[in-house]
Amino acid sequence: MELLLDSLFNGVAIGSVLLVAALGLAIVFGLMGVINLAHGELMMLGAYTTYVTQLIFKLPLLKPFYNSYIIVSIFLAFIVSGVVGILLEKTIIRKLYGSPLETLLATWGVSLILQQFVRSVPLAYGTGLVISLIIGLFLPATFPPKIKESINFKYFKFSSWILAAITGVVSGSVISATVSKLSRASARNVDVTAPSWMRGQVEILGTAFPKTRLMIIVITLISVIAITLFLNQSAWGMRIRAVTQNRQMSDCLGISTEKVDIITFGIGSGLAGVAGVAVSLLGSVGPNVGGNYIVGCFMVVVLGGVGNLLGTVLASFGIGIMTDLIGAGRLLSIWPDMPLSLSNTINFFATTSMARVMIFALIVIFLQFKPTGLFPQKGRMVEN
Amino acid sequence: MSLSKFKFDKRIALSFWIILIALIIAAPTLLPVFRLNLLGRYLSLSIVALGVDLIWGYTGLLSLGQGIFFALGGYCAAMYLQITSSSEFPNNIPEFFALYGVEKLPFFWEPFKSPIFTFFAIWIIPALIAGLIGFLVFRNRIKGVYFSILTQASLLVFFNFFNGQQKLINGTNGLKTDVTQLFGQMVGSESMQRIFFWITAILVIAAWFFAKWVVRGRFGNILIGIRDDEPRVRFTGYNPVIFKTIVFSIAGGLAGISGALYTVQSGIVSPQFMTVPFSIEMVIWVAVGGRGTLLGAILGAVFINYAKSLVSEALPASWMFIQGGLFILVVTALPEGVLGWIQGDGPRNLLQRFGLKRKIETYPSLEVNNKEGNNE
Repeated sequence: MELLLDSLFNGVAIGSVLLVAALGLAIVFGLMGVINLAHGELMMLGAYTTYVTQLIFKLPLLKPFYNSYIIVSIFLAFIVSGVVGILLEKTIIRKLYGSPLETLLATWGVSLILQQFVRSVPLAYGTGLVISLIIGLFLPATFPPKIKESINFKYFKFSSWILAAITGVVSGSVISATVSKLSRASARNVDVTAPSWMRGQVEILGTAFPKTRLMIIVITLISVIAITLFLNQSAWGMRIRAVTQNRQMSDCLGISTEKVDIITFGIGSGLAGVAGVAVSLLGSVGPNVGGNYIVGCFMVVVLGGVGNLLGTVLASFGIGIMTDLIGAGRLLSIWPDMPLSLSNTINFFATTSMARVMIFALIVIFLQFKPTGLFPQKGRMVEN
Repeated sequence: MSLSKFKFDKRIALSFWIILIALIIAAPTLLPVFRLNLLGRYLSLSIVALGVDLIWGYTGLLSLGQGIFFALGGYCAAMYLQITSSSEFPNNIPEFFALYGVEKLPFFWEPFKSPIFTFFAIWIIPALIAGLIGFLVFRNRIKGVYFSILTQASLLVFFNFFNGQQKLINGTNGLKTDVTQLFGQMVGSESMQRIFFWITAILVIAAWFFAKWVVRGRFGNILIGIRDDEPRVRFTGYNPVIFKTIVFSIAGGLAGISGALYTVQSGIVSPQFMTVPFSIEMVIWVAVGGRGTLLGAILGAVFINYAKSLVSEALPASWMFIQGGLFILVVTALPEGVLGWIQGDGPRNLLQRFGLKRKIETYPSLEVNNKEGNNE
């Protein structure tokens, strides 16, 4: 029993990281049919945001609130990755609508640039750049409608970008002057240390669970609930669902698909940022941190099917539990006296990398029976 | 096709051939061995690019996993070289086996003692595996981005497998070839490298003719049909699965040959050949050169790799930026690639823009790409 609980918990922990990472990818893929290869790098941005927030909270002014930095960084990571995602959508992805393979390649280019960016630009100035992006993109939206509709709106927009640029430069240099760790570019991995209340373990039913893992499960749970509520209860959520089901019809009925695309892409990218916070709690943060998770996310999307969050949830927990079962050779400890040949096979696959091999094989076998995933979208199109 | 364009094409082709043959003859004497070796490597990479062009440019299948077949070809060649030159090591097996306490050659390496078997294995094994993966995927009508993701995942699976198996294939260290012997000569030696360069150059041309032969005629038409509108091909009575599987395994075979040639010239094959970035790079060579042009794939592979080595020597950090920018630029601004741009309306449009050529009146609606209509 204890063993089973342990295994289940490990599986759920692996699965919840996968889930929070794949959630954004799945929503964007469902809506636009676009696979965002820069998703891993958006996660990386989220992880670096956690690191920067942590260092800023070590400043004397914010020191008393240090323990809450992880909560703050979840929101900040959502905003940072979301803004970068919106920029990505506005500049590149929108131009490539209808050609998903080209989008795949373009987003790969973006991911290369982002990786090299965190290597060769000091994090302080990177922060400044992100701040100016946030201001430049969102300040015009907060103007009163009178200005928005006036013919001079473009000048207001332009001046807000100038303001954004100035703020960015100032905040970048302030951060780089006060936090010495952020003032130099480095390709080395950095470490996020969990606040004291998250260290240690909790005992549930006689088994010890690390608190960081529990925190990740909580983050995942909250993101899933929030996104479900948003999609099912809000007006924009309804529009997103409508466009996911039938883009042309929704367009005809007056839904601004352009806005829906931006919002969805922003939310999807923001969720990648939240996943980045979760990932930063598990190990050190480096430019390549996203790459370790991204293929797992793709597998979740392929397995779960398009346009159904339940499929995503089931697929990620399924993969998580299978990874733990195979990778740690748990079947062997659950059933100790199995035949020798079987136990040899299980031992052969009982490493992290071989577990991936096995799981991929299982997914390919699964796709032979259900090629469109767990919950396929019903339709009478020739395609899909 | 207008007459002038035809002449233009022919002139390009002729000048290409003259330059190419002159280069092949002159290169070994003109270039220092280091550069010659680099050029030979890039030429061998252009064979895998040809395969990518066949499956992506002609059939519309974006594979992000060509590294699998590339590395498999490399491993076949490297293992043969290791086995034939292992007579002085204990148990007459390659040296690295002793490190992991392996005393007998693993059974699946046994046939690689024969040069004839290896010669065929280099391209048949990757082709078979590509055919198998392709068949399993295409059979279920998995396509588009799904196909790309699955090929990428299988690439990662192969990478993990090869990386983890020290006892069978020396794991992450890979197999070295430069100190092995072939026909009594050191593979890494200068004279051997020169021979490899010529072999590569000849094989590139052969592969180009082969690819041209593949896309000519009805087979090629069906490939293009699958790219442009697969359901229509299916409704016309063809089975796209067979054609896609065949062309995918042809690309796999080409990748295997390319990998073997690359391995003997770079001196090592390792799981690094199966990393995700390398396989995506192959796609960008084709995209920059011009997809669906074959020649563009060769030129793209050679020039981009040459640029990469030049830039990396001068400014190591900037190559990632340049490469990333290249991906974005070629997809958004130059979707048909450089050669496609030259062969298409590119030069005429450029001249028109400067008022040097008269505009051609036409119905714009004929040229509007009605992608969106087909997609839904």
